[in-house]
Amino acid sequence: MTAPHDDDDCERMTPSRRAVLGAAGALFAWSFVPTFAYAAAGSRDPRFLLVILRGALDGLSAVPPIGDPDYAGLREGIALAKDGPEAALPLDGFFYLHPAMPNLARLYRQGQATIVHAAATGYRERSHFDGQDVLESGQPGAGMTRSGWLNRLIANLPAGEGVSRKGILGVGVVPPLVVRGDAPVLGWAPPRMARAGSDLTMRLADLYGQRDPALARALAEAMETEGLAQRRGMAGERKGGGGPDSADGMRRIAEGAAGLVGADDGPRIAALAFEGWDTHANEGGAKGRLANLLGGLDGAFAAFEQGLAPVWKDTVVMVATEFGRTAAVNGTTGTDHGTGTVAFLVGGGVKGGRVVADWPGLKPEQLYQNRDLKPTTDIRAVAKGVVSELFGLSGPVLAEKVFPETGGLKPVPGLVV
Amino acid sequence: MAGAGELTAGAVALQRFGLGPKPGQGEAFRAQIRERLLAEIAAGGVAQPEGVPFSGTVEIGKALFAFEDHEKREREARRIAAVTPAQDGQQGMQMAEAEPQAQPAGQQSQTAPAKPPNEPALPYRTYREEVKARVDLALAAETGFGERLVMFWSNHFCVGATKSNIGRIMAGAYEREAIRPHVFGRFEDMLIAAESHPAMLDFLDNRQSVGPNSPAGRRRGRGLNENLAREIMELHTLGVSGGYAQADVTNLARIITGWTVVGREGVLGFPGSFAFNAGLHEPGVTSLLGRSYDQPGRAQGVAALTDLARHPATAQFIATKLARHFVADVPPRALVDKLAGLFRQSGGDLPSVYRALIEDDTAWRAPATKIRSPQEFLLASYRALGRKPDFGQIIGPVGVMGQPFWQPSGPNGYADSNAAWASAEGLKTRVDVAAGWGRQAAGSVADPRVLADDILGPLLSPETKQAVARAESKPQALALLLMSPEFQRR
Repeated sequence: MTAPHDDDDCERMTPSRRAVLGAAGALFAWSFVPTFAYAAAGSRDPRFLLVILRGALDGLSAVPPIGDPDYAGLREGIALAKDGPEAALPLDGFFYLHPAMPNLARLYRQGQATIVHAAATGYRERSHFDGQDVLESGQPGAGMTRSGWLNRLIANLPAGEGVSRKGILGVGVVPPLVVRGDAPVLGWAPPRMARAGSDLTMRLADLYGQRDPALARALAEAMETEGLAQRRGMAGERKGGGGPDSADGMRRIAEGAAGLVGADDGPRIAALAFEGWDTHANEGGAKGRLANLLGGLDGAFAAFEQGLAPVWKDTVVMVATEFGRTAAVNGTTGTDHGTGTVAFLVGGGVKGGRVVADWPGLKPEQLYQNRDLKPTTDIRAVAKGVVSELFGLSGPVLAEKVFPETGGLKPVPGLVV
Repeated sequence: MAGAGELTAGAVALQRFGLGPKPGQGEAFRAQIRERLLAEIAAGGVAQPEGVPFSGTVEIGKALFAFEDHEKREREARRIAAVTPAQDGQQGMQMAEAEPQAQPAGQQSQTAPAKPPNEPALPYRTYREEVKARVDLALAAETGFGERLVMFWSNHFCVGATKSNIGRIMAGAYEREAIRPHVFGRFEDMLIAAESHPAMLDFLDNRQSVGPNSPAGRRRGRGLNENLAREIMELHTLGVSGGYAQADVTNLARIITGWTVVGREGVLGFPGSFAFNAGLHEPGVTSLLGRSYDQPGRAQGVAALTDLARHPATAQFIATKLARHFVADVPPRALVDKLAGLFRQSGGDLPSVYRALIEDDTAWRAPATKIRSPQEFLLASYRALGRKPDFGQIIGPVGVMGQPFWQPSGPNGYADSNAAWASAEGLKTRVDVAAGWGRQAAGSVADPRVLADDILGPLLSPETKQAVARAESKPQALALLLMSPEFQRR
């Protein structure tokens, strides 16, 4: 845990925060050598789940910098307080956690959650859809590829490697871009309809095999996940319930993903998406629209922890969003599209209990374009740090194949136990 | 007489530009489908759904406010009743608080299993009737070309039926009022109709946006919400790389302040309808994309939208989306340029653009690669099976397949690519849905083999023909037909 500091000047960062950031940036000039990562990959059977929050999460509400003297003024009407009946949950004395996230606060205290603040991808415009494209494709810009970085990650693991053989799980009827690509993709969504008989599916597989290779491949992948879900006893789950923008839906999606990723013969990597974070109006403070969503995400953390219990020590859940929201509240008690925001790392595999942030401050001249929280940590550097240590990919492969053109962006080290 | 190649192209075109044939219709249409489509364009206009509960926004606004007032009184009464017995006070409060939390009306039966399911609330009931009327119209249409265009534009200018009561109750009326009248008209008219519709002003928050220097802004300290302004440029006109900057977004937000929805008091017009409220409008001259707009009031926004509609980037953006929707995920460049050129030259006259699309040989002869969207799949299947679904049979399948009516997860609408719809989980869900449709229709379809010939005609491959013929049952044969590559792709 970092010591409290009440200054908006990043020159006076706490030592631990400086060390984490320095390693990612200028302090250590040597290139990243993941020798330990290969050793780690050999000794553990890691699980990695990426949760995408679509709509742009307001990082200043999720993890409010209440210690920053400019925070309360910018957030008039939705600001969170460090005391009172709806107090935010303390993290390091400077940053607090939204009161709707007690599970995350507990995991943080247990050293199983790290919060990265003032983070963003390299994208600096404010379109949701381009922002998500950049976050998921791992490319320097939008519209450059139809494959996602998790798929290319699997495709670039050594041949025959268990992780790549087991494929990648994309949760949802429409799989997120981050999993799409040449490597095998397994699909799963919370069951909402009676399943067709296997005889019909076999006949279709045969027909597609003769007529339509793309449909044949998709159906084969679907059948594989179906088999896995049945072996995990997931076939008879209740149907219906809320979608991925409700607390109920988030929990069910998390439970399902945990069930599949936790299986011995299941995929080791999964991506899922929660929706509804575009809080332009009536965002709410300790209660309200965003609080409900954050409570849903918090419930998903609990579901991951429970469903993945036997492998939790080797699990990292990463939560990221396409960009943040304006530092100031807009004219309708909400926030418009912004830039810097938070990312979460949660799991027994996380070296947690820390807020990783090179805090830029919230004074007008410290904001990006006088408007948004300035990003000081690249989410890709965080992702590179996590997956290099979990799966042992080399720096060049990460910088060329997984996150192209990021040779100058060093993986953040020391994020994984 | 049309040759074999013409017949195949005609069979693809029936699926590519329309909603697929109905029994007995295919053979007659295939040879002359191009002429039919061109005649539809020349005639212009699309029908309006029948049997909807409210004629339009004005009636809906009145009913919605009455409904909300009634709900409020009921909640208040329940709260008081719950608080009165002292020992139950705590629990009663919690229940009263939990009630207003937008429980999707379709799930009410789950919360109260002991009682018969309640009639859903007015907004959902209206949504249900609107969806049903829209589907009935699409099933009745001859080729379905006009209805496909309605679906395309409704998705381009999408609103969401889950955000609010207004959104849910007005989603259907929005399509009827802002989209259908302009599908065979001019783009700028559709643009202005869409951006000034209460459903859009609610969906993208502009009804709450206030000019900081307007009378209301100065008095109440409220300000801009730039959500609608950004999406107008990014999603409705120029496209994300259309050359605008953050300052343009903020300035367009200023220009359209005052475009709002009349409140329940009805000060500026009928409650729930569109109004320009000068008291919310940011005064003064504002520039957008290097041009100054000094018009007073609403005219400023109309002028800005008109210029956006005529911008060359808009022509390119719309042409690309149209070609991608009808022809291929990566549409032929020459076709896109041709459509964009016509869009510019004709001042956004949509029939001119459609005509060029239908007459273009690359659009006509491109291989059928695109997988039908879930809504297209539903409509094509019910047309092919000659059946009419009830509301539950509509909303269930399109919901599980990821494309419920008027409920996209964001203002960019539903995806329009194979990567989105032909995924492993998506395909598996389609198989489940098709199995259900096969069971439903087994009693009414005489012979699946005859139906396969009828619906697919020259597209029917020997492999599919054989799979249908060898199916173990009639339901399975129908499911195989609906899931065949020839039926899925267009």
